[in-house]
Amino acid sequence: MALTLSAPAVDPDKSVPSSVPGGTSPPRQRRVPWADAAFSSLAHAAAWLTLALLLGIILSLVAGAWPAIQEYGLSFLWRSEWNPVEDRYGGLVMIYGTLATSTIALIIAVPVSFGIALFLTELSPGWLRRPLGVAIELLAAVPSIVYGMWGLLVFGPILARFVQQPLQSWLGHVPVVGSLVTGAPVGIGILSAGIILAIMVIPFIASVMRDVFETTPAMLKESAYGLGSTTWEVVWRVVLPYTKTGVVGATMLGLGRALGETMAVTFVIGNMNQLDSLSLFEAANSITSALANEFAEASPGLHQASLIYLGLVLFFITFVVLACSKLLLSRLKLNEGKRT
Amino acid sequence: MNIGTLDAGRMAKHNRRKRTNAIALALSLAAMSFGLFWLAWILFETIRLGFGGLALSVFTQSTPPPQAETGGLANAIVGSGIMVAMATAIGTPVGVMAGVYLAEYGQRTVLGRLTQFINDILLSAPSIVIGLFIYSVIVARFRTFSGWAGVLALSLIVIPVVIRTTENMLILIPNSLREAAYALGTPKWKVILSITLKAARAGVITGVMLALARIAGETAPLLFTALSNQFFSTNLGEPMASLPVTIFKFAMSPYENWRDLAWAGVFIITLGVLALNILARVLFRNKH
Repeated sequence: MALTLSAPAVDPDKSVPSSVPGGTSPPRQRRVPWADAAFSSLAHAAAWLTLALLLGIILSLVAGAWPAIQEYGLSFLWRSEWNPVEDRYGGLVMIYGTLATSTIALIIAVPVSFGIALFLTELSPGWLRRPLGVAIELLAAVPSIVYGMWGLLVFGPILARFVQQPLQSWLGHVPVVGSLVTGAPVGIGILSAGIILAIMVIPFIASVMRDVFETTPAMLKESAYGLGSTTWEVVWRVVLPYTKTGVVGATMLGLGRALGETMAVTFVIGNMNQLDSLSLFEAANSITSALANEFAEASPGLHQASLIYLGLVLFFITFVVLACSKLLLSRLKLNEGKRT
Repeated sequence: MNIGTLDAGRMAKHNRRKRTNAIALALSLAAMSFGLFWLAWILFETIRLGFGGLALSVFTQSTPPPQAETGGLANAIVGSGIMVAMATAIGTPVGVMAGVYLAEYGQRTVLGRLTQFINDILLSAPSIVIGLFIYSVIVARFRTFSGWAGVLALSLIVIPVVIRTTENMLILIPNSLREAAYALGTPKWKVILSITLKAARAGVITGVMLALARIAGETAPLLFTALSNQFFSTNLGEPMASLPVTIFKFAMSPYENWRDLAWAGVFIITLGVLALNILARVLFRNKH
């Protein structure tokens, strides 16, 4: 890349005024034209801007949340009271809602995504591979507001009628499990939000899993097939051990997406600040839905600061999760470089 | 006797392995159908419920009050169009330049690696946090919700997407192309602009289209930046309506006419976003 520096300045486009008196020898200064410097500094500035953006987000969130941080400190994380009338706030209800919905989403999405990735890499006939992959990726392109409206008006009632009511009458009397299915089965709450989140993160997890499965060297797989392994044995004993960091990374990426998803959750979670019942059918609240519903109308002061504090907590959690995902995925890439 | 039992044992194991395999593959097929099933169901409902509400008035009239006879989404569609276009216009140059930095200047430097890492995190960061950021930097300072705040929030979502694709596409350009241009004495900025970026054009455009599709459906960052506006307005200095926020408001309401309009809006937005996505993929495939 240092080539430009030593390139002779004979470019006819830019007549460099010769500084050599008499003009006997062609100008041979190692001189960078201003355009080069300008372009390079523009590119550098754009890169610095990205860093400044992250820093700006963190600083502005901390500054905005400062009154609440001063008032509650870390105890905000385990206080469950959220009372705008008396101006007392705690984030436990929302943090619980966010974590619970994301957990349900991962429990559903990870096995399904694994199946989809397996299908796309090992089972599907070649000509179907691309269209099916694109179809799954389109699932990720559907705007979250569409998932939300569909979840509230179409999926919720069906879930209530065909899943929640039977489950309730079947499990309602079992001691521990029963308490998970109490409440009105109206298709709104933690369970519905978790299922919709699962549908939304499946494409992210599945497409990364497919990509990491494809990094398995063909020779490893063929050796296993050559020894008489079945397709399942190749995937379970060769591909999966080889790509396990990538699979965990893909899961973390999905988790990061699920934690930060706003609109779909806001539609179906019910937006109720309660933690008296841990039932999965009960309406609840998540960090993102609390922000979406309350922030624009929140009075400046402690209420707004507490909401921003919630946003800061959310950003911190997703940052850690996504950073782990990125590190795991890049470690797989390094390995790939070493072994081939 | 020995041979008989041995064979029986082997056959049993063989059959067990075959059975496990068959079950696993059936489950994999089921997972695939599970994924496609949701896509089909959502598209089906969107078309069924949205297509009926589609009338000319949707595009010519502004959002109505509750329980009105007529009304449309014209202000929301125009507002969305303006904000998405402006955000793309602001975000694309920044994203492309940062992508150029990563691919052409910052390989193996600390700043380069750091930017790449941060960018991957910004790519998946919760978009509502971007809204909070713009709220505290712009809205709180100027004491008014405005279209400009919405534009900035959306452009912050465009930037990481464009950086990612630009970088990935530029890295694919063979080095021999760059070296040939350098050997002719071309300065670096010209090599980048008229050789590498030009060769990666299709990929970069694909990235911009994907970013466009992403922000067209974004609601969360607009909720407390652009807010909403029930009147027709093209003034970026005041609150501005957008399709996703209007859908959110209307879908949660108990009024029949608002819900119908919300479904029509969902239909428009889904169709537009999916069309952009498919177009981007077709375009990219033809070039490579």
